[in-house]
Amino acid sequence: MIMSEIILSKTGFLALISLFAFGAFSSLLFRKNDKMANFFASFFSIAGSAYGVIFAILAFKSSVPLYYSIEAFSNAHLFSASFYINKLSAFFIFTISLIALFCSIYGIGYIKHFYKKYNIGSLGFFYNTFILGMLAVVSASNVLFFLLAWEVMTLASYFLVIYEYKERKNIKAGVTYFIMTHIGTTFIIIAFLMLYKFTGSFDFNIIKENAELIPDVAKNIIFLLAFAGFGTKAGVIPFHIWLPDAHPAAPSHVSALMSGVMIKTGIYMMIKIFLDIFIGAPLWWGSLVLVAGTVSALLGVLYALTEHDLKRLLAYHSIENIGIILLGIGSALVFSSLNMPAIASLGLIAALFHTLNHATFKSLLFLSAGSVIASVKTKNMEKYGGLIKFLPYTAFFFLIGAMAISALPPFNGFASEWLTFQSLFSGASFISNNIKWLFILSAGLLALTSGLALACFVKAFGATFLARQRSEEIKNVKESSFSLLFGMAALAGLSLAFGLFSGKVSELLAEVAKNLNMPSGAAMAVSGSGTIFVNNGFASVSAPAIFFALAFAIFASAIIAIYMINKNQKVSTGRTWDCGTDLTPRMEITTTGFSRSIIMIFKGVLRPSKQIGTEYRDANMRYFPESRTIVLGIADIYRSYIYSPLNNFIENISEKHIKKIQSGNINAYILYIFLALLALLFASTI
Amino acid sequence: MEFLAWIIQLLIIPAISPIFVGIIRKIKAKFQNRQGASVFQPYRDLWKLMNKDEIISSDASWVFRVAPFLFFFSTLVVAASVSTVASFLSNHLTSDIIAVIYMLAIGTFFLALAGMDTGGPFGGFGASREMTVAAITEGSLLLSLFALSLLAGSTNLFSISGFVAEHGAFTFLPVILAFLGFFIAMLAETARFPFDNPATHLELTMIHEAMILEYSGKRLALMEWASANKLAIFIAFGSSLFFPVGIANAATFSEIAVGIAAFVLKALAFCLAIAVIESSISKLRFFRLPDLLFTSFILSIVAIGLII
Repeated sequence: MIMSEIILSKTGFLALISLFAFGAFSSLLFRKNDKMANFFASFFSIAGSAYGVIFAILAFKSSVPLYYSIEAFSNAHLFSASFYINKLSAFFIFTISLIALFCSIYGIGYIKHFYKKYNIGSLGFFYNTFILGMLAVVSASNVLFFLLAWEVMTLASYFLVIYEYKERKNIKAGVTYFIMTHIGTTFIIIAFLMLYKFTGSFDFNIIKENAELIPDVAKNIIFLLAFAGFGTKAGVIPFHIWLPDAHPAAPSHVSALMSGVMIKTGIYMMIKIFLDIFIGAPLWWGSLVLVAGTVSALLGVLYALTEHDLKRLLAYHSIENIGIILLGIGSALVFSSLNMPAIASLGLIAALFHTLNHATFKSLLFLSAGSVIASVKTKNMEKYGGLIKFLPYTAFFFLIGAMAISALPPFNGFASEWLTFQSLFSGASFISNNIKWLFILSAGLLALTSGLALACFVKAFGATFLARQRSEEIKNVKESSFSLLFGMAALAGLSLAFGLFSGKVSELLAEVAKNLNMPSGAAMAVSGSGTIFVNNGFASVSAPAIFFALAFAIFASAIIAIYMINKNQKVSTGRTWDCGTDLTPRMEITTTGFSRSIIMIFKGVLRPSKQIGTEYRDANMRYFPESRTIVLGIADIYRSYIYSPLNNFIENISEKHIKKIQSGNINAYILYIFLALLALLFASTI
Repeated sequence: MEFLAWIIQLLIIPAISPIFVGIIRKIKAKFQNRQGASVFQPYRDLWKLMNKDEIISSDASWVFRVAPFLFFFSTLVVAASVSTVASFLSNHLTSDIIAVIYMLAIGTFFLALAGMDTGGPFGGFGASREMTVAAITEGSLLLSLFALSLLAGSTNLFSISGFVAEHGAFTFLPVILAFLGFFIAMLAETARFPFDNPATHLELTMIHEAMILEYSGKRLALMEWASANKLAIFIAFGSSLFFPVGIANAATFSEIAVGIAAFVLKALAFCLAIAVIESSISKLRFFRLPDLLFTSFILSIVAIGLII
């Protein structure tokens, strides 16, 4: 008891912050020595995240929200380094720390690949700062302090994206990320300034108290700005273009953190602003979020299917899963504006549960992908194949991650997708106006999305780990070291555990919803054995029962099949039927071939392109081709229809019009300053 | 009595699923002016395969070895969750439409992985085609079943059949529309015409058979049996959710006997329908399949529109 008081005291919280700060600076201090830098960076990030998990659990249990303020920085009128931790923040601190813990353990071994090539000290510095920034984002109580933390998180992750700076591609990805995320931040800043204008405070709690002072028009504008701003961070389509470039560029344990938890900070702020600060949102907010969620989920998985770069594929799946989370948030918004808090809580629980689950299995998948890439030295899936024989444990953990992300029971993805389906179904059953159609369509498209995700992971797992190896290098591949396997094993275990104990987890998340004035009441009940009941028996499912039924059926009948019916049967190995030719790697299906049929079905959305080039032996006599090339691609409609025109427009304006006032004449500039001053003085008198 | 009903519930699908395959083949043979094998031939095939030696590709990994077990046993758990002869039983643990669809997806997932595992060209494209069809089918299957759960106010399979049995399927036009949507999805899921030809080994057309091409012995037996189970599960969906005529509503001997008889009769009707379709229409070109599945999606949406 005493222990928990110490941890929850201000000193206890500052200890959490300082552990990461120590990690950052000590690894910078030892930057000359790779081993020492790795040791200090990993030691402090592991200690910090382990402590963060304990802190978050205690903070979650605490009956009152925690508030800390560092006076030394709080003299100024507007800025204060203050933290406010309610159950929602505690949940996000838990998720961040939990994933950071296993990524850091994985990092001990993974960082060794960078020895002598890149500076380990700066990796440790930015890595620790990054986690620190995320923790501060989800606990900050002051808007300006929040923006500071947001910027620390963004910049640290930017430097991690361009960490492998010798590859030009990474620099380019970093630039896209930098620009996009700052456009997002601009929207966020405008939204916050508007909040300040109407409520007169930069403190989230005071803003919440005075929220009714904000006129409806301003509320709507703030909603749009915040949705665009935080949606950019979360990777909502069409603000996602940075995500598939930036996530794969970072070192794998950082990709795991970025995809697993960093994009969730956008989700956290959406929940905080839309569901906590503003009460009684208009109906169209929720509808917009539902549409954005459905579009992101479906397009995310379709783009993932077109990829043959393993990490880009996973990055697109992050967009898909953010879409699924938004479906939960969107339905919560719709129900709370229809004044049905109990059913709204169901949507929120689904969204939060999926946040936790996606963090677990996506970081698991990125870590396994990192293990593959570190061994094979390429991200191109067409060059993998047969890795299950060389990386048996990595393959097993990837398979668990793949099953979890495809929402196969009894893993955790199923539990949260089931809840999301149920909240969409509730919309169809309980809403009387036309919004219900949105729910029905979303449910149907969510089913399509998860079917496509299943196809995508059959492709990813099959092409990477199964059949024969497609390149020569694979013959020397060895299984990864213990720390990598430990990180993956723990996350795989968590994926199963969150699935099996989905009842318990949903109950805990219901407390978060209750904390945000959405008591679940009759909308969700959990029995002692872990069965979740939704809407007074409308639906129920028990993950433990599914698990034990499957396990029992498999165990019992495998014994019957193998040992009781003709146990003298012989099993021999032979070659795959080769149609009389040699079995070469070229006979296996490629990732491009695997998903080509789906791409052709959705060609209206994906716009596949096909370029055929032929080189002839004799250019004048075009009968004997020397070589033929075929390039299959997907049109980047966002760049060509949204971002490029926008870019051209801005360039045009600056080139043709704005440039004129930049005459280079210093007298003219002084005149501008003078005019600006006059205008300001004049404006202030009105 | 309820105990007896549970035993029947657990065993009926795996026990009689091979005979459905046999009946369909027999009817198709009659259409082709052949005598055809006995309807019990699938049982003999299974028994023969169970006792045969096995050969496994040297390229295959443990995924290939465990896939038949996972496929088979996921169908067993689903079979136990679907109401077949009695609607008074209640299973709050696994009998949820979403849970059932996703449990079937476990089988599809491992089946496709096993197809890719041997490294042959057939397994690979079989897996690709199967996942394409399965992905698009999932949405229409879910919506067609959801139409019923909107009507019954529950996503529990037993509650749905109880409700529809009480009110009568033919009183609802939406049930018929949703059934049409479901039937198309069913043909896709069970690898039947016009989606797949279960009797072919021609590389241009096969989907399901391409994935299990490398299996032999016990594992092939399990794969075949699991596919038969899947067919029976979908027949049970169709007969007990959409047309639960005669399904046992109370735990009495006569009700259960009637329930079994009704289930068998309805299943025969389904077998006849499938056999007639397979004998009278041709298989569709692969890229035409999405149109058909989209039709099924629309039918379910219309059904839902009529309900709400």
